[in-house]
Amino acid sequence: MAGLKDATAIAGIGRTAFAKQLPESERTLACRAIVAALDDAGIAASEVDAFASYTMEETDEVEIAKAIGAGDVTFFSKVGYGGGGSCATLAHLAAAVATGQASVGVAWRSRKRGSGPRPWRNTAVQLPTPGQWTRPFGLLRPADEIGMLARRYMHEYGATRDHFFNVALACRNRANQNPAAMMYDRPLTRDMYMTSRWISEPLCLFDNCLETDGALACVVVSAERARDCRQKPVYLHSVAQGLPAQHHGMVNYWNDDPLTGPAWTAARQLWKTADFGPDDVDVAQIYDAFTPLIPLSLEGYGFCGRGEGAAFTEGGALEIGGRLPLNTAGGGLSEAYVHGFNLITEGVRQLRGTSTAQVPSASTCLVTAGEGVPTSAVLLRS
Amino acid sequence: MSLLSPVVDGDGAPFWEYASRGELRVQTCADCAEPRFPPRPCCPYCQSFDSDWRPVSGRGRIWSYVVPHPPLLPGYAELAPYNTVLVELTDAPRIRLVGNVVTAADAPLDSVDPARLRIGAGVRVVFAPPDEQGLRLPRWLLERP
Ligand SMILES: [Zn+2]
Repeated sequence: MAGLKDATAIAGIGRTAFAKQLPESERTLACRAIVAALDDAGIAASEVDAFASYTMEETDEVEIAKAIGAGDVTFFSKVGYGGGGSCATLAHLAAAVATGQASVGVAWRSRKRGSGPRPWRNTAVQLPTPGQWTRPFGLLRPADEIGMLARRYMHEYGATRDHFFNVALACRNRANQNPAAMMYDRPLTRDMYMTSRWISEPLCLFDNCLETDGALACVVVSAERARDCRQKPVYLHSVAQGLPAQHHGMVNYWNDDPLTGPAWTAARQLWKTADFGPDDVDVAQIYDAFTPLIPLSLEGYGFCGRGEGAAFTEGGALEIGGRLPLNTAGGGLSEAYVHGFNLITEGVRQLRGTSTAQVPSASTCLVTAGEGVPTSAVLLRS
Repeated sequence: MSLLSPVVDGDGAPFWEYASRGELRVQTCADCAEPRFPPRPCCPYCQSFDSDWRPVSGRGRIWSYVVPHPPLLPGYAELAPYNTVLVELTDAPRIRLVGNVVTAADAPLDSVDPARLRIGAGVRVVFAPPDEQGLRLPRWLLERP
């Protein structure tokens, strides 16, 4: 089975600035990121014939295609479940390009979460199924929902706030090397972490991702085409989505084992179609809307055993030079929170050798989408 | 500012109807007898579309809990920090209900000091007074207050 392995590649990446507040509309920001990505690849907008984004993306492909001057579009797709959709946008484009449904695909995410309303404030959207079982009891925000799992994880496996701090610090240290990161000039200390305000105990301010305005985009083409583009190709080696049996949104509390989330499902598929395993991953961009998602994902994607994810973060393992350098542009915790799309573009930079926190001779990178919701992941290789 | 009331759908309606009578019941397959939660049309174990609502003892243990702090919706922000717990039912261990531990059926969400909560602590169900829509939310008392 030839499948999708290395059949397609990311040929271009683009982004806007990241800030708490940007003056331009989401549509304008999306167009800027897409035009930048096409320019990076050296591909004309008129050649774009495929689009993929998230269902939560509020700019649509009709308007984007018209604005940038795309040609006839023969494939378009949107993936559900918020941040769980990030890597799936690439997976859908890879499938479309590899099967000849399209030849130049654009994936994008544009969001004004920094200056716009917080989605959890919309009670009309929140309350119907499954909200009737959670919201009236004051379980209102994603931080509350993940905090519930974090507390149980601490209880069951001896994870501590210091472990969550290790995650926050690794991301912040990388952001301090990345001038584009929102937290570029804001170092984090253990004292700042331990004395910060609670959001939902056991999660504090620094366990939560940033509120950000910004947009990003990627261009996906066939591997053959990518070799003629302006940049070194970054191949989509393996792609996967994951919706586990008996899963239930972000409150995955009704499984036999709520601490094994969608990451486990996506990982089984991802490694099944890969030529290498977790030990061969040089650098990882793991979805970090909340710090506890990192130890849970480290376990899910097989970097350590069940219950060992917290201990894995000890001894600088997630820092540059450590066992698994993590979120090397700063991640959602410290670069920008654009539903994880910035993790994809940073994975590309690592394999091009152009990261601001470059892992020497990195040739493989895992990028994951939101854990706790139906998710997706890609393995990139140079 | 009042708190959010459940928006009841067809699958969930029996749960809330029993709760309004002060009964905790769980949807159970009429064919294979497996309980399931949240309610849904079809049994995931045997694909039967017939279900019963089986009474449970109302005893459980705290599986986990959080203590939310603002920013929150206004009605909740006024009560924060409060607790939200996940209770595993003694009679049906895979059935876990989100709720609140309170000092009495009609006590506010912040009536228990969060320092008193422990994973594994025994709790038993009570039902809040009817809200504006006549719905009564299950709430939880510590077995050893
Ligand atoms: Zn059945």
